[in-house]
Amino acid sequence: MTKSKLNLDTNKIAKARELSKQISAPVQEYIEKNTTVAIERTTLRMMGADGVDSNGVPIPNKVVDQIGDNLCYGATKYYINALLKKGLSPEELNIEIGNGLDITKLDFVDFSFIEDKAQELVEIFASKVKANVAFREEKVHKYKEKENSPLLYLIVATGNIYEDVKQAQAAAKQGADIIAVIRTTGQSLLDFVPYGPTTEGFGGTYATQENFKIMRKALDETGDEIGKYIRLVNYCSGLCMPEIAVMGALERLDMMLNDSMYGILFRDINMYRTFVDQKFSRMINSFAGIVINSGEDNYLTTSDAVEKAYTVTASQFINERFAYESGLPAKLMGLGHAFEMNPDIKNGFLLEMAQAQMASEIFPEAPLKYMPPTKYMTGDIFKGLAMNTLFNFIAKSTNQGILLLGMLTEAIHTPFMQDRFLGVANAKYVLNNIADFSDDIEYKKDGIMQTRAKVVLDETIEFLEEINKTNLFNAIEGKMFAEVSRPKNGGKGLEGVAEKAEDYYNPFYTYLENELNIVKGN
Amino acid sequence: MMIRPYGDTLNDGAVQLSFTLPVAHCAKADEAAIIYTKKLGFKEVEVVHSNPLSDEFTFFVVYGKTDISIDYDKVVVEEVEKSLDFYGVNNFIKEHIERKIVVVGACSGTDAHTVGIDAIMNMKGFDQHYGLERYPMIEAYNLGAQIPNEELIKKAVELKADAILISQIVTQKEVHIQNLTEFIELLEAEGLRSKMVVCAGGPRIGNKLALELGYDAGFGRGTYPENVASFIVEKMHERGMK
Repeated sequence: MTKSKLNLDTNKIAKARELSKQISAPVQEYIEKNTTVAIERTTLRMMGADGVDSNGVPIPNKVVDQIGDNLCYGATKYYINALLKKGLSPEELNIEIGNGLDITKLDFVDFSFIEDKAQELVEIFASKVKANVAFREEKVHKYKEKENSPLLYLIVATGNIYEDVKQAQAAAKQGADIIAVIRTTGQSLLDFVPYGPTTEGFGGTYATQENFKIMRKALDETGDEIGKYIRLVNYCSGLCMPEIAVMGALERLDMMLNDSMYGILFRDINMYRTFVDQKFSRMINSFAGIVINSGEDNYLTTSDAVEKAYTVTASQFINERFAYESGLPAKLMGLGHAFEMNPDIKNGFLLEMAQAQMASEIFPEAPLKYMPPTKYMTGDIFKGLAMNTLFNFIAKSTNQGILLLGMLTEAIHTPFMQDRFLGVANAKYVLNNIADFSDDIEYKKDGIMQTRAKVVLDETIEFLEEINKTNLFNAIEGKMFAEVSRPKNGGKGLEGVAEKAEDYYNPFYTYLENELNIVKGN
Repeated sequence: MMIRPYGDTLNDGAVQLSFTLPVAHCAKADEAAIIYTKKLGFKEVEVVHSNPLSDEFTFFVVYGKTDISIDYDKVVVEEVEKSLDFYGVNNFIKEHIERKIVVVGACSGTDAHTVGIDAIMNMKGFDQHYGLERYPMIEAYNLGAQIPNEELIKKAVELKADAILISQIVTQKEVHIQNLTEFIELLEAEGLRSKMVVCAGGPRIGNKLALELGYDAGFGRGTYPENVASFIVEKMHERGMK
């Protein structure tokens, strides 16, 4: 780690980590006792359940519906039993299920056969994902020197996957390292994952496995052409967190937006459901070497970035803890934050820089994701471009890992192709022009920036202490995050949570726990 | 008074444009940009910068001059009136309505973006302008995102709303128009339209559009909570709502 510029008290940082551990403990306890419809659908997908019936209902959803109240035993044994009993491959069984076969009506084979088959299916799944990880590592290594630092992240959002491909390939050629395909408005609230390639969406494109595949192939092609590994991002959030994770693992996505609390606070998804789902989704991401992006930027679009800076830092600590509990290493934690202070504030730049530097010093191994100004962007695109330049300056000079490029037309429309180009050009100018600035400067002792960071860290600890006292569930209900109250039994998706039976069976979950060295009940 | 754009001399008609054409970057592409800009009615057209965006697209920055002018005296604009401030709104309610008023807001339909409605309603407000939740004489309920129109109406009735605010941020493929229209139709069908002040808001929603769709007002970019609040209370007073 480079020498501290902010002179932060390491004891305080350790204290914040300890508090986060205590905060997450009761939540982990709850998580371990429960499963969800999404987790079971995910497990089904790991075994090969896929496709839709004639009404467009995904096979994993159909199976989970068939299992109904018996979900507490896990879906695995039913699906494997059907494979054995019918002597079919997963592809063949999926068709049968689509045609109306109810797999819960079949007599059970001896459990030892189910366990043997499970082991075989776990190995098939694991080897696919491991091959993806190896492929990515090789390409990243091969094209290392072409990468920007921070990695430049661009968004496409046409609604039509084929149109997205054109824009994504153009963006990659312009210099982007990362392409995110924004999801269609409202997908996070669907309790199923749509199927097949899609060409209609609002404000974004459906996340489907086929769409993942189409974009992956296109970016690999462009990547090889320009000698770069282009990373692909989608959204592991909403009611299908772990399902999207497994689709991403299979189709070699490289990053996933995957926050432990975002769905609760900003999409009104039930907190119990989200907590249980997020863990499995992060376990999968971890196994697949997928960098998660947490969504702290959202706190600042609803609250004031100066007054509530501590909520971002606190959320980063909590997200880090939840990620560790899911076996995710620091190098895969793209903890988020944003440049969202009112541009009229005197010395606002110093406050932003202190915040960004603080994140970078507290989470030195994490590829931090820095989000551009949105809240104070206006129709004045010229000022917007200037704000983005200052944002880029901070990103580079505080060693952020992932730079989500600001669009000068942020407040107006989904980006035109030229807007992305101007975004990349701006960032490249800054990245090159101040390449070694960070190494060359120190911050003034007890100056504005050091003082600011100290204050925010103190406030963070105070806030974490309060949360710990009330416990996280109550804190969310009590409006302590994002100025919004989410009742424990409110929101969407609670009916999809089931307490695990004594003999709950999920060999995929167990396999990942072992692979990721997850210690239970700590 | 006839006017046209001003570059550095009155009536020079100077305009800057930037756009992308779906062709590869080359001398021919630059010429195409010039011809295209001339077709738009510009003269003395100059491509000052062009850059490839990919193998098939080129970005241009172009300057041109125009002879077209308009008569400023004949320009008519419909604007929401000047508004009261935070204190003015609360005093107005006390004086003229004599009870707390109830305002219900949501991003209805499929829109998941609460930035706009939050800016207007949340305690915190926006850019140092308090949101409606902070007004002592207003009971504000922000229902959040993706509220079906039916549910929004149901909730408004339940809470005895005096005013409903609908925020629409996503405007791709005109989805906001469909949704705003559907809402008003439902409200009419329930016989509630005249009992409530109904406003639409969003970065691409102007007062003109909102009026066309049957709303009492539309609030676009740069609207502060007090603009909305003062419109509501004045409208209520005008309609004799007590």
